[in-house]
Amino acid sequence: MSERLVIIGNGMAPGRMLEHLLEQAPGRYTVTIFNAEPRVNYDRIMLSPVLSGEKAYEEIIIHGDGWYIANNITLYKGHKIVAIDRAAKTVTSDHGVTEPYDKLVIATGSVPFIIPVPGHDLPGVLTYRDLDDVQAMMLAAQSRAKAVVIGGGLLGLEAAAGLNAQGMDVTVLHVMPTLMERQLDPAAGYLLQRAVEQRGIKVITKANTRAITGNGKVGQVELADGTIIPATLVVMAVGIRPNSALAKQAGIAVNRGIVVDAGMRSNDPDIYALGECAEVNGQVYGLVAPLYEMARVTASQLAGNEAAAFVHMDTPTKLKVTGIDLFSLGDFAEGEDRQEIVLRDAAAGVYKRLVLKDDRIIGTVLYGETADGAWFNDLKKKQTDISEMRDTLIFGQSYQGGAPLDPMAAVAALPDDAEICGCNGVCKGKITGAITAKGLTSLDDVRAHTKASASCGSCTGLVEKLMVLTIGDKYNPAAVQPMCGCTTLGHDEVRRLIIAKRLKTIPAVMQELEWTTSCGCAKCRPALNYYLVCDWPDDYADDYQSRFINERVHANIQKDGTYSVVPRMWGGVTNAAELRAIADVVDKFEIPMVKVTGGQRIDMLGIRKEDLPAVWADLGQAGFVSGHAYAKGLRTVKTCVGSDWCRFGTQDSTGLGIRIEKFMWGSWTPAKVKMAVSGCPRNCAEATCKDVGVICVDSGYEIHFAGAAGLDIKGTEVLGMVKTEDEALEHIVALTQMYREQGRYLERIYKWAKRIGIPEIKRQIMDDGDKRKAYYERFVFSQKFAQVDPWSERVSGKDKHEFRPMASVGFAQAAE
Amino acid sequence: MMNWISIGSLSDIPRRGARCVVTPEGKIAVFRTADDQVYAIDDHCPHKGGPLSQGIVHGTAVTCPLHNWVISLETGKALGADEGAVRSIPVRVEGERLFIALEALASRAA
Repeated sequence: MSERLVIIGNGMAPGRMLEHLLEQAPGRYTVTIFNAEPRVNYDRIMLSPVLSGEKAYEEIIIHGDGWYIANNITLYKGHKIVAIDRAAKTVTSDHGVTEPYDKLVIATGSVPFIIPVPGHDLPGVLTYRDLDDVQAMMLAAQSRAKAVVIGGGLLGLEAAAGLNAQGMDVTVLHVMPTLMERQLDPAAGYLLQRAVEQRGIKVITKANTRAITGNGKVGQVELADGTIIPATLVVMAVGIRPNSALAKQAGIAVNRGIVVDAGMRSNDPDIYALGECAEVNGQVYGLVAPLYEMARVTASQLAGNEAAAFVHMDTPTKLKVTGIDLFSLGDFAEGEDRQEIVLRDAAAGVYKRLVLKDDRIIGTVLYGETADGAWFNDLKKKQTDISEMRDTLIFGQSYQGGAPLDPMAAVAALPDDAEICGCNGVCKGKITGAITAKGLTSLDDVRAHTKASASCGSCTGLVEKLMVLTIGDKYNPAAVQPMCGCTTLGHDEVRRLIIAKRLKTIPAVMQELEWTTSCGCAKCRPALNYYLVCDWPDDYADDYQSRFINERVHANIQKDGTYSVVPRMWGGVTNAAELRAIADVVDKFEIPMVKVTGGQRIDMLGIRKEDLPAVWADLGQAGFVSGHAYAKGLRTVKTCVGSDWCRFGTQDSTGLGIRIEKFMWGSWTPAKVKMAVSGCPRNCAEATCKDVGVICVDSGYEIHFAGAAGLDIKGTEVLGMVKTEDEALEHIVALTQMYREQGRYLERIYKWAKRIGIPEIKRQIMDDGDKRKAYYERFVFSQKFAQVDPWSERVSGKDKHEFRPMASVGFAQAAE
Repeated sequence: MMNWISIGSLSDIPRRGARCVVTPEGKIAVFRTADDQVYAIDDHCPHKGGPLSQGIVHGTAVTCPLHNWVISLETGKALGADEGAVRSIPVRVEGERLFIALEALASRAA
């Protein structure tokens, strides 16, 4: 019969230990896990991207439920172990489950340190430790209110960046003079502070928190110098301490953490401890690489290899805030026996410092440019004598030995035992070996087989380069379809990064996201222009040279190079004066074709480009504005005559259509948006094949969306039923805004809806009133900048160069 | 004989944009790239005659507004899988002033 192994805790360290154990001694143990958190094993390092909205929880799961079932492991979720009976060899959970063990592994992790200031227990004070904390913070962030993060270390800054990305006004309080003083020297700390502040996060250093006060919940934070900072959320991220209370209570030797030997065994030979709760050789650890090393050692011990031993290691620190590159390793205090090499490039925001002792690297701080971190780490680890390359050392590996190497050659030049993935301690040889031996062709395969790039992900670029070096063209990084040939990123990734990195111009996007062309192409430029218009309505200056000609000259180009012009007819309603004005324009400019469109308005075709401003001037006199018949934006709202005239009409469909059109005209969208309102289910306005449609009934308004009647034919889906016109407008506007924020450029609503899922759209627009209102308000805000009639702007002289030739050359002149 | 004709100044053309010069032989599109290089080609896509001056300018190429052919501003040739070419007209930039050379036109008119 197999031995019974019980594990208390289900974090990353025991998860990794089980992977090793299942590999080394399959079937030897019957495994039972008690997890105080009600969930499976997930990647805690990635909580920051979850908080900032860059990743979803599902994306950071390491072992899904299926993994436990497949490996025959019993996982008790939400069971906290309250007692260990070492004599009877059992553990008991708070739900009363008692489980016997032959071997016990304690992996209870750490608990966040709470500064015991007055008010530390008020509602609204959170820590930053697990998914529950992140979810609580995201909930609090919805208020867009003020937050204070106490602690300017790694966790505190990641929390601050995440809350800032969620729209909160964040202040970081740090008790020391510079940020991350344990990992950074003051110069790098200063650069970091500046970068953090540039994102709109306030930083107060030398800040001593005296009290958190408020009426029944957090209201403000008071500092020792009397400063008062209003806040509805306080996040304490000042440090962690090993969670060893349970072990102590069971009489196991505990110092700072649970005391274990190099084999991870406590003073009870059947009980092991690993992870943040363990103290080995007098040290406790918090970074993932040594914890994974503990997992490896524990698994080997449990598998019967008693020689396996944990050896202390220095681990580089990296900050996981998108857009801030930071790397720190080893010891960088100044000293008489030490020398340093410093490189500063203020313009580029780069700072690098190497601390040397006896011609060997003992510490490194890199800020702004961290690509050489792995190489410096390797030199340090191997105690390489650097005296030969001292002059060029700071410039990095590519500058060694003459001409600079390209990044690919730099990776090729790394020795086989160079560490690529610091989190999982995976070296180059192991990765290339696995790629060749197992025929791996995707990044996910490499992650699955080697663990490289599977934790924090910061070495993904290196791993990808290794894949290209090893298998060449067989490596296809594009699991997602790239936007165009200028980038490997897909539309969704680009949209996400525009927000996360606060990119507000096309050159900034291309620079930060490493476009391979100098100024993009005809595919990506209009897409980027739309994304920036949508995401930063107040800050972004529309780039006309990145718009398709129709949107640049506000008319539709025809096959012969002439243009067609369609003025707006609100809801398809017109009158004698408007028709007369159109007739006059047609005569005056000898317009060869006049046609009624499918969207209930009038199209004038065959207008010469030079005549456009004059045509618009005449139409404008009669009160016409652009119909945006050329736009990736709101086109028409088609209506029937409704209750005013029709004997079947149930509501004022014409009035609602006009109201929607007047509210939404001018808005840019990923692709064109056509709407319709029908006054009864007979549906004369054909609302059930539109992007958004309304069917009026006696009891209210049935809102439809995601129809198509072009390349594809598709009936609409029903979003839901509302009672009043006001509600109908709010729902339609919110739906459109959701599409504006999530759609890929040129993706019509029905394709977007298919991708996102109809139930999810219904949930956000129909069921979640707060979300709906927030979408609605963002649309309204954006309209402040969008509702400008482009025709009258051009009649008054804007872009006049567009409509006139630069010069005319006659025969005589040409012949001179 | 090269016949250089003044057509205006660099600032008449928006960056990553184009203006037209009307000639008896049809329109010529004069382009200005993001880094202020100037090129002139016939305003007539080799595919279906689309007005290239109305296209999106990227690098030293323009994408035709009608059917997305990409034409090199340097050579007038279609890039990628498409085949075809338009006439490329010599341009001279003297300070701010722009000149194009209309040799063929001059000889024909003479």
